[in-house]
Amino acid sequence: MLADIAQLLIAGLATGGIYALAAIGFTLLWQTSQTINFAQGEFVMLPAFFVLIGMGFFGLPFWAAALLGIAVSIVILGLAFKKLMVDPMLRHGVLPLVIATIGLAILMKEAVREFYGADAWPFPPLAAATNVTVFGAALAVQSLVVLAISIMAVVALQLFLNKTRTGRCMQATAQNPTVARLLGIPVERMILFTFLINAALVAIASLLITPIYLAKFSNGELLGLYAFIAAIIGGFNQVRGAIVGGLLLGVIDNFTAVYVSTQYRLVVPLLLLIVVVLLRPQGLLGRAEERTI
Amino acid sequence: MRRLTFVLLLSTPLMSACIASAGEVKLAYVGEISGSLAVSGGNFRDGVILAVEEINAAGGILKEKIALSLLDTQTNPGVARSQVQKVIDADPYVVMGPIFSGNVKATMQMMQQAEIPHFIGGEAGELTTLGDPYLFRTSFGQQIGMPKIANYIRDELKAKTIALIWVNNDFGKGGRDNLIKQLAQRDIKLVADVSTESGQVDFAADVVKLKAANADAVFVYSNEEECARIMREARKQGLKGPFVGDTTLLSQKTIELAGDAADGVLGHVGLSADAPIPAVADFAAKFQKRFNYKPDHNGIKGYTGVYAVRYVSEKKLGKFDRKALAQAMHGLTITPGDEPGILIETTWDDKGEIDRVSFLAEVIKGQQKITKILPKIGK
Repeated sequence: MLADIAQLLIAGLATGGIYALAAIGFTLLWQTSQTINFAQGEFVMLPAFFVLIGMGFFGLPFWAAALLGIAVSIVILGLAFKKLMVDPMLRHGVLPLVIATIGLAILMKEAVREFYGADAWPFPPLAAATNVTVFGAALAVQSLVVLAISIMAVVALQLFLNKTRTGRCMQATAQNPTVARLLGIPVERMILFTFLINAALVAIASLLITPIYLAKFSNGELLGLYAFIAAIIGGFNQVRGAIVGGLLLGVIDNFTAVYVSTQYRLVVPLLLLIVVVLLRPQGLLGRAEERTI
Repeated sequence: MRRLTFVLLLSTPLMSACIASAGEVKLAYVGEISGSLAVSGGNFRDGVILAVEEINAAGGILKEKIALSLLDTQTNPGVARSQVQKVIDADPYVVMGPIFSGNVKATMQMMQQAEIPHFIGGEAGELTTLGDPYLFRTSFGQQIGMPKIANYIRDELKAKTIALIWVNNDFGKGGRDNLIKQLAQRDIKLVADVSTESGQVDFAADVVKLKAANADAVFVYSNEEECARIMREARKQGLKGPFVGDTTLLSQKTIELAGDAADGVLGHVGLSADAPIPAVADFAAKFQKRFNYKPDHNGIKGYTGVYAVRYVSEKKLGKFDRKALAQAMHGLTITPGDEPGILIETTWDDKGEIDRVSFLAEVIKGQQKITKILPKIGK
C-alpha cells in the first residue's frame, strides 16, 4: 500500500512538474504583458515535432535535435509570437489577444495534422525504462529524471529572476512597468525576455511529456487545460503559485485515477478549481489585486 | 435564376464528394481519418485505396472504374452519422467502414434502411447480433477471437490469474465482457479490472493498479496508440507481465509507437502483415511501396473487403445489385484461388460474421513473429 502511494506520488509529481512548466508560462506572460496565451498547450505540443523534424529530416541524434527544438521554439514560440501576434494585438486590449491565441492554437494543431498526419509518433524517452527501489517502492527512473529536470528548470528560473540584474529588472517590469521605465529599465526588452523564457520552458516540457503522451497534434488540448487550471489554482500572478498548482494537480490527478475513478479523473481538479475560485480567487499562493475604474 | 444558382452552389460539394460519371461505380470509405482512431482508420483507408487503384488499373469491376470517395468520421459518432447521411444521399454501391465500433453502431441502422452493403472494421461482438443483413465484417468479432486467446492463456501461458486493462468504448467493453466470460469458463481468475478512456495519454495510475494486482499475466485490450502508451508506462514502472492481448496489442503500429516496450508481448492476431502467407507478404510489400509505411491488420481488412465486393459482383452476380450482393455474401467462402485479392480463405456466415485462419504471435526485437497458425473455427 505504502509502495503504491510512493509510486503514485512520484509519478504525479513528475507529471505535475511538466504541468508546472507550462503553467509558469501563463503567469510570466500575464505578469509582464497581461497576455493570456490560450495556445500554451499547443506551445508544448509543437517543440516535439521540431525535434522529430531534426531527427527525421536532418538526421540529427536525439540530443542535437532536442537542442535544435529548443532553439527553434525560442525563435518561433518566443520571438515571432511576441512580434507578430502579441505586439499588434495587445494594443487593442486583452480580449482580442485572447481570441487571437485561441485561433493560433487551432492553426498550430491543424498545421501539425496537415504536415505530420493525425497519427501519433514515437518519441525517445530521456532515460532508460528501469527502476530504483526505495524503501520497498519501485520508482521509475524516467519519472525521477522528469521530476529532476522540472525542478532544475524551475530552480534555474528562480535564480535567474532573483539573483541576476536582468531577472530583477524583469520582476520590476512585472510589478510596475511605468516606474520600471522611469528607472531606466528597458521594459520592452524585459517583456520580450519573458516570452523567450516561456518558449524555452514549453520546449523543455515538450521533451519531458512527449515520451509519455507520444507526439500527436492533439496533445495540446489537455496540456493547455491542465496548465491553465494549475496556474489559477496556484495563483495566476505568482510563479511559485504555478509551480505548486502544477505539482498539486499532477498528484491529485493520479490519486483520483486510482482511488476515485479513471472516468472522473478530470472532475476532481475542476472541483478544486471551483473551490479555489470561490474561496480564494487569487489562488493558493497568489496575491490579491485590486483594479479601479 | 438566382435561386437556381444558389441550389446548384449548395449541391456542388455533395456531388463532388461522391459523384461518379457514367461507367463508374461508386464506393465510399466512411471511417476514422482523424481523432483517436486515426491510426486504425488510416490503415483501413489506405488498404481500400490500394485495392481500388489495383482494380481500376485492371479495368475496374464489371468494366466500370471505381469512383472512391473518402469521408472522415473524426472518430465521433455524431460526425459519423452526418457523413453516412451524406454518403447515402450520393447513392453508393458499397460503403467501407467505419472501423470504430461505436461509429458502426451509430450508423448501421441508416445503412440498413438505405439497403447499402457495408464492410466494417469494427470488432465489437454485438455488431453482428443486431440483425443488419447488410453488415459484413472484415475481421473477427470478439466472440470469435476471445475463445482462442482464452485457450492460449490457459494452455500456453498456464496463467491462473489475469489483470485486465481495457478501453471504455464499444470495442473495449465488448472485448472485456467476452474475455471475462471466456476466462470464467476456464477457471482463470480476474484479479484486476482496470477501465481506461479512449484517447487517454497518461497511464501511470492505471499501471500502479495492475502492479498491485500481482497477476500471472496482464491482458491489454485497447486501441493501438493507447496500447503503446500502456506498454511504455508498464515497462517504465517495471511491471513484469507477461503481457497478452488480441490483435491491436501486437499490431505494427503499436510496436512502432511502443518501441522496445513492446518486446515480449504475446497474443492472438486475427490478421497480420507478418503472417507466413506469400499473398499477405506480397500485399504488405505493395502497401509499403505505395504508402511508405508498413500496414497493420486494418490495412488488410480494407484491402480484402474491396476485393470481396469485386469477386461477388463479377463472379457471383454479373451485375451491380446491392440487395443481391448482400444476399450472396451470406454463407459465402472466397478462396485466394477464386480471388487472389482476398489473400486468405475467408467465410462469412448468415450474420456477416467472418471466419478465417488466425495466428498466435510474439513481439521479438520490434518485429511481430507468428508462432502458430490457428485453423478456421468452421474446420
